[in-house]
Amino acid sequence: MRFFLMNPFSPAGAFAESFAGTGMPVSIRSAAVKTVTMLAILAILLVMAPTASTQIAVTADTVYTMEGEPLVNGVVLIRDGKIERVGRASEIAIPDGYEQFAGAVVTPGLIDSRSVVGLAGYYNQEHDQDQLERSNALQPDLRAIDAYNAREELVGFLRQNGITTVHTGHAPGAIVSGQTMVAKTSGRTVDEALLDSTTALAITLGPGVRNQFDTPGTRSKGIAMLRQELIRAAEYAEKRRHQDPDQRPGRDLRLDALADMLEGRIFALVTAHQAHDIMSALRLQREFGFPMLLEGASEAWMLLDEIREADVTVILHPSMVRLRGETENASLTTAAKLIEAGIPFVFQSGYESYVPKTRVVLFEAAIAVGFGLDRMDALRALTATPAQLFGLDHRLGSLAEGKDADLVIFNGDPFEYTTRPTHVFVNGVLSYEYD
Amino acid sequence: MMPNRIPTFLSVLVTTFSLVLLSWTAPFFSPAATASAQDSPVAVTGAQIITVTGQTYENGTLVVHEGRIIAVGDAADVAIPADAEMVDASGKVVMPGLVDSHSHIGEGDGGDRSAALHPDVRILDTINPRSDSFRRALAGGLTSVNVMPGSGHLISGQTVYLKLRPANRIEDMLIIVDEETGIYGGLKLANGTNPLRQPPFPGTRAKSAAMVRAEFIKAQEYQARIQAAGDDPGRMPARDLALETLVEVLQGKRIVHNHTHRHDDVLTAIRLADEFGYRMVLHHVTDAWKVADEIAASGYPASIIYIDSPGGKLEAINLLPKSAPILEKAGVDFGFHTDDPITDSRLFLRSPAFGMREGLGRQKALESVTIANARQMDIDDRVGSLEPGKDADFIILSGDPFSVYTRVEQTWIEGVKVWDFSDPEDRRFATGGHKANGGGAHGHRHGYHHGHHHH
Repeated sequence: MRFFLMNPFSPAGAFAESFAGTGMPVSIRSAAVKTVTMLAILAILLVMAPTASTQIAVTADTVYTMEGEPLVNGVVLIRDGKIERVGRASEIAIPDGYEQFAGAVVTPGLIDSRSVVGLAGYYNQEHDQDQLERSNALQPDLRAIDAYNAREELVGFLRQNGITTVHTGHAPGAIVSGQTMVAKTSGRTVDEALLDSTTALAITLGPGVRNQFDTPGTRSKGIAMLRQELIRAAEYAEKRRHQDPDQRPGRDLRLDALADMLEGRIFALVTAHQAHDIMSALRLQREFGFPMLLEGASEAWMLLDEIREADVTVILHPSMVRLRGETENASLTTAAKLIEAGIPFVFQSGYESYVPKTRVVLFEAAIAVGFGLDRMDALRALTATPAQLFGLDHRLGSLAEGKDADLVIFNGDPFEYTTRPTHVFVNGVLSYEYD
Repeated sequence: MMPNRIPTFLSVLVTTFSLVLLSWTAPFFSPAATASAQDSPVAVTGAQIITVTGQTYENGTLVVHEGRIIAVGDAADVAIPADAEMVDASGKVVMPGLVDSHSHIGEGDGGDRSAALHPDVRILDTINPRSDSFRRALAGGLTSVNVMPGSGHLISGQTVYLKLRPANRIEDMLIIVDEETGIYGGLKLANGTNPLRQPPFPGTRAKSAAMVRAEFIKAQEYQARIQAAGDDPGRMPARDLALETLVEVLQGKRIVHNHTHRHDDVLTAIRLADEFGYRMVLHHVTDAWKVADEIAASGYPASIIYIDSPGGKLEAINLLPKSAPILEKAGVDFGFHTDDPITDSRLFLRSPAFGMREGLGRQKALESVTIANARQMDIDDRVGSLEPGKDADFIILSGDPFSVYTRVEQTWIEGVKVWDFSDPEDRRFATGGHKANGGGAHGHRHGYHHGHHHH
């Protein structure tokens, strides 16, 4: 708590999150508190935390429901953490007892489709950098859920910028660096935050691996090692399907994860930036048939036909990625070109080793819009497309009755430099308010 | 006399540059040269013209000739010379070329690991004038830049103030601050954790300050010996490149650019500058919002940075986007810098815009990427605003400077168009992909192969 109090980045949001972030009535927890002093403190904080209500009405000049055209003068009613009703102000009377919030624009909570927050922390010191294990270049057995710090400051920072869901996990840098997960950016523990414990295996092609390990020291060695392991996993997968339990192999956590990927239960999240690395990713996908997300893809604009034919979704590099090494040809116009080519894509904050310690998909999308991406396409790539991609569209990605009440109020155009999120709701709870 | 020593040496250099330049057919000249690349007047019409220091003209006219601004004002009040080349900027916005007070473009280096203090080291000697990074900076509307060595030393070396004229020789890009001294840059200092290493580097903050103090005391003694020698060359101390540079600092001719993050480090930098009486700009100043009143009272300007998220290094965990409006309210003379590659020169206008997002006033936002930064480099008499007599450095924008939807369409330096978004070759430096297919290093450049802007 002291940490939050001292931190300038999360004033109001920190209070709300710490005391009411789970949606659990504060009174249940406070009942356990015996001393009068503590009760008095809580009472003060409750007054400060604007989240007591579980019935909320949000109104805005423009509501991007992501279900058809945006609503002009729209209303979203929230009840018990879910969206109760969405429509025009002229059609919906706000019932008595609903706490009301208003703004210029409302969008669904934004989804960051590839991050390392929670494993990588903002201090950038040894104790908060768990995004890459360097003892072995092949580690499909590492689970993001075993390292995710739900209270990491960077997670809270993303939430303040309207990101309510994040696909996070081990960073690029190993041939297989670990398993990824999808979580809400609220919640005190990984269990409270979790939406999907095992989403993808993070795989890296290209020179990013040789910077971390002695072997592989080249591109082709890395791919040889990966193919060998995948062939081993394919054999293991067949054995573990054996009718006779006695004939099944002993559990091997590494091969288990790869076998799950080969059987299509989890994605291969393949980082490849340069054109020849992208082609290698597509070649591997054809050989092994796993469901693939193409991550990074700085030179995707050179290979639009090939990527479209491969029918993969691109988790595009942050627009403002630095132009050096394998990202030297990244372009601010790639997002617009992917849409034009009919290639589905989503935005990510990615991994930064230094500063900014995390990027923000809202800002990255804004630059893509500034360089020609259609506004609705940008919003879709931040909401509905990733929700569907991660199999969570029954709960996330649009403002529709019954879905999770994750939404963001902006004081203007969501993508403009000078406007900002003023309120962020996660599971119907006000989790950030700009003061 | 010391004041004559370096100037004499440098004026020889400057003269040499000028002679070479006058006999050379390339379009750009050092400020020491009298001729300009711009041989006929240019009139920019129809745009909203933001002068920064004066009025904003909704339907303005800007006339430039021989590299300088001749006239700027309302269309009704400005006479356009008959022979002027017309640039129709209807519906556009024109403002001064952006000035960046802290950047690492140009691939230069600085002091090495042999010592913590390198006042003798010049980044001038290491910059690649053909670096792509200069063209990306032009794509962002930057025209004048303080290019500095890094922050891993107490003193990492001398900085250069560059005009981003396309050039092969770094000499053709220099902004000479003062013809008498020939000085074209400042001196980079750093405190806090970056310079803390194994010996000969300091291991603590107090040791850092002690080492800097000791060096300036040596420089004071050196300065006294030179003054005592008077006109007698026999009594003159042996030339010492490091101490000569520090004497320029002590004389107020060379500005110290002091990297500093934590609030107590900021105050230590102020304490040292006060002790030795040198001129200083505080750089980065992550904790500025904590000591805004102290900075204001000190009178030293601040060159701050906006970064998208907190963290990444311990000294930067309190990087607060509200710093800008807090400094504005406190009355600190401050501007933004890119620290490129930390932030991207192509998107420099995003920094003041994010300041506005937190409450920074529009006028101060405009100044924070132009005239305020020019003041920090002693070049505000030449650049940073659109006023008659100043260098004809301006940018043409598609719309409001602080909108994500606005693109820098053209960048002009001294009356010559040096970058144009509508040229596909140039555009790749704004959008990316310019290193593909053999790179852009040998490609076409505006005003470079053709000798002037008519092509």
